[in-house]
Formats: sequence, structure tokens, C-alpha cells
Amino acid sequence: MYLTDEFRLKIGLAEQLKGGVIMDVTNAEQALIAEQAGANAVMALERVPSDIRKEGGVARMAPISKIREIMATVSIPVMAKCRIGHFAEASILEALKVDYIDESEVLTMADDVHHVWKHPFKVPFVCGARNLGEALRRIAEGAAMIRTKGEAGSGNIVEAVRHMRTIQKEMRELTVKGKDELVVASKELMAPLELVQWVAEHGELPVPNFSAGGIATPADAALVMQLGAQSVFVGSGIFKSEDPERRARAIVKAATYFNDPVKLLEACEDLGEAMPGLEISKIPAEELMHTRGV
Amino acid sequence: MQIGVLALQGDFAAHERALRELGADVRQVRTPGELVLVDGLIIPGGESTTMLKLLLEDGMAEPLKAFAATRVIYGTCAGAILAARVVTSPAQFSFGFIDIDIERNAYGRQVDSSIRRLQPEQEFIDRTGPGKLEAIFIRAPIISRLGEGVRVLIQDEGTPVLVEQGNMLAGSFHPELTADRRVHQLFLDKVSKSTG
Repeated sequence: MYLTDEFRLKIGLAEQLKGGVIMDVTNAEQALIAEQAGANAVMALERVPSDIRKEGGVARMAPISKIREIMATVSIPVMAKCRIGHFAEASILEALKVDYIDESEVLTMADDVHHVWKHPFKVPFVCGARNLGEALRRIAEGAAMIRTKGEAGSGNIVEAVRHMRTIQKEMRELTVKGKDELVVASKELMAPLELVQWVAEHGELPVPNFSAGGIATPADAALVMQLGAQSVFVGSGIFKSEDPERRARAIVKAATYFNDPVKLLEACEDLGEAMPGLEISKIPAEELMHTRGV
Repeated sequence: MQIGVLALQGDFAAHERALRELGADVRQVRTPGELVLVDGLIIPGGESTTMLKLLLEDGMAEPLKAFAATRVIYGTCAGAILAARVVTSPAQFSFGFIDIDIERNAYGRQVDSSIRRLQPEQEFIDRTGPGKLEAIFIRAPIISRLGEGVRVLIQDEGTPVLVEQGNMLAGSFHPELTADRRVHQLFLDKVSKSTG
């Protein structure tokens, strides 16, 4: 593992963000609503994923003035997204001193072959993954937090569930393999042997593993937490719902009391309408976000 | 003797791991019903605004105050912010379990986070063991005022980073993220003494 001081500090912040909700916000007003609802961090972006999907075009890093306005408004950590492989956007976000960079499939890819080589950055990165191979490749590149991709902006939890179950299952399988079999697993996962061995020994990723993409209700948050997510990212699910303030509070509660059905029931009362959802099979293949950046 | 880690939000899992390594019987605490089962409590790092919201909204504030009156609490980072008398930058409610003022995010943002090797005060060494201590500061607060009777156990160039008053321990760094278990051992010794 890359347990340098720098990498430990990056993982250290991810540890502090466990058991909570990171909310997508597009302006200072939304950031304040998120903070007051109990978000443990906000993700500053220009458009939430469901709008990116609707409006099309190239989705890029958010305007600096927007991110700065959000950083000036809240005391919790502020994350921002860069395009996959766009190390120049990443370096600008680092200079801006955002607390975490999400190298995200929600934005248009800048490089359809490479991700950012993240180790030299002082700011930590989170990356999406659908399976263990993707997760370990991102960690090899220097990601200090993984989030399962789900399908952003869909309001449909099915991909988030698939990705979390896949990673958990693939990790469990490694724990019973022999040393020689791990070499084969490394080949099949297309992931460094050193990281495969680490997962086999510990039964978990060497960095925190959160869930994202399609979480629209407190029950969705509780579902992925019970499946092993250590926190949740909520994108369009909050500010595309009828009553963002209430829903934000409810999802925060659900992430904390994910194992307590009575508390979950309380969280679900009088929430108003959730965001509209999409059937994944009705989304044209070229518009799917989770297939970007493998 | 059972030890609780407040598990509303934050790095409670790392504290549980650290306590288990020392052989402690540990449980997560989210509700008043769980709080009464433990003899000592760690309030972990995380976001103090998030924890505060959950504590105040879900009926944990009064039980926590009652607990603090007789039991040992160790607050790290966000936990120290919740336990302080006065919080600044920005100002927010706190429980005042320990007579210190604390300034949030006082070192800056994540890129200003750091790992430092500190020489503890003699009292800390006498109670736990010799050697420098690796201290991880993550978007850390600064303890900006010490009330009377608050003792400094570890400092960093004049800034107190681990302090003690009565049943309370408060620190601005994260010993749960290192392999050095002396701070957790000190906490367990305090809990053990308090339960007679």
C-alpha cells in the first residue's frame, strides 16, 4: 500500500466523512440548506446530473466563482468534480483549495483512455467504480476514496445496488483464495497484485467505500448502507425533489440510523414527491454515465 | 466495563478498531438506550455540525449531559468541538463539558492538513509510556483558550492539542488513525478508575 503521510492524510479525511451524506449543490443557497440539514460535505457543481442528462452538451468543471461562493458559505468540506483524465482541471481545483476532487463520470470524459495520475496531488481524490477491478485501478492511480457509480441522475437505485453488491462479492471471493490464485485474480481483475493481496487479507478496500448514483429516498440510502456503503452521495435526489430541505434532513437521518426501521419510518414521513425516476433500460447506451471511465 | 463510540457520523469505526486492539469491549452508541449501557464514551472526529444536528433532534442532548456529569468522555476533533465551552469560526452551540474555547478549521482546508511527530508532556509519558507521538491533524480545530484546571498533556509548539479536565479528555488530532495506542490507553485507564 501507499501509506505515505500524504496518502494517510487523504484517507484520513475520507474516514471523517463516514456515516453521512455528501450532497450535490449548485449555489450558495443550496449549500446552506445542505449544511443545515446535516450534510457532512457538499459537492459543488454547475448542474446536477439529471439536468446534465436533460440538457446534453459537454459537462465540465464548475465555474470557479460558483465553487468559491460555496466554499465561502459553508464550514463543512467542499468537493468539486473534474472530468475524467483532466489533470489540468484537477490542478486548478487544487489551487482553489477544495477539500476533495471527484474525478467523475457524471462530467464528459476529457480522456477516454487515462484517468488522472492522482498521487502527486496534495488534495485527495474520489473516483467511481462498478466493480473491484475498477476500484483497485483507481486506488492504484491514487484515489483515496471510492464511490460506487450507480447511474447518476436516474433516481433509480438499481445500478448503485448492482455495483455495491458486485464489489462486496468480489472482495469476499478474494478472502478465500490461495496466494497462487491471487496472482490469477490480479490478472482477471486487471488490478495490481499488491492491492489484490491487501483486499484478500482484510476483506475490504484499503480506502473508504461510499455509494452514489440514483439515491432518491431515505430508504435508498439505508439500502446501500446495509449493503456495505460507508456513506452516501446524493446528487439530483435532493434538489430535484418537491421539498429539498425535508428530504435532505431525512436522508441524513437514514444514513445514521440505517439499521433502525423505526427511525427510518420517522425519516420517511411527509417528504413530498421524490425526484422523477428513469428506467435504466430506456436510457440510450451512449447516455449511460456508469460505463464511462473503466 | 463497556466502552461506547458515538456513531452518529464520522470516523467511529477507526476508534472501535483502536479500542478493540487494546482488548476493550466496545459498542456503537446512537440512542439514549445505548448510551446507558456504556461506562465511557468517545465522541469521534467527523463534522460537528452534522453530529450536533442529530444529537439535538433525536433526544440525545439531555442524556449526553447527564452522562458527562459522572462518566469519562474523550472528544477528538469534532468531538472536542462539541465538548468545548465556546466554539468560534463560526460560532455554534456546544455542550461545555470542558472549559476550553476552540476555533474550527483553524489550520485551513484539507490541503493544510498535516502529520506531526510531537514530544508529549512528562505527565502523559509517566501515565502511558515514552517516545514521540505521531499526531494527524485533518481540517483540525485549535484549542484557543484553557480554563482554570485544564491540564495540557500534549502540545505542538505552544498550542495545546490534548487536554484534560476532570472526567474529560479533548484533543484536536486523530490518534485512532495511527498505530500508537497511548491516548486510547490513557482514556481506558480513566474509565477504569472512574468505575472503581
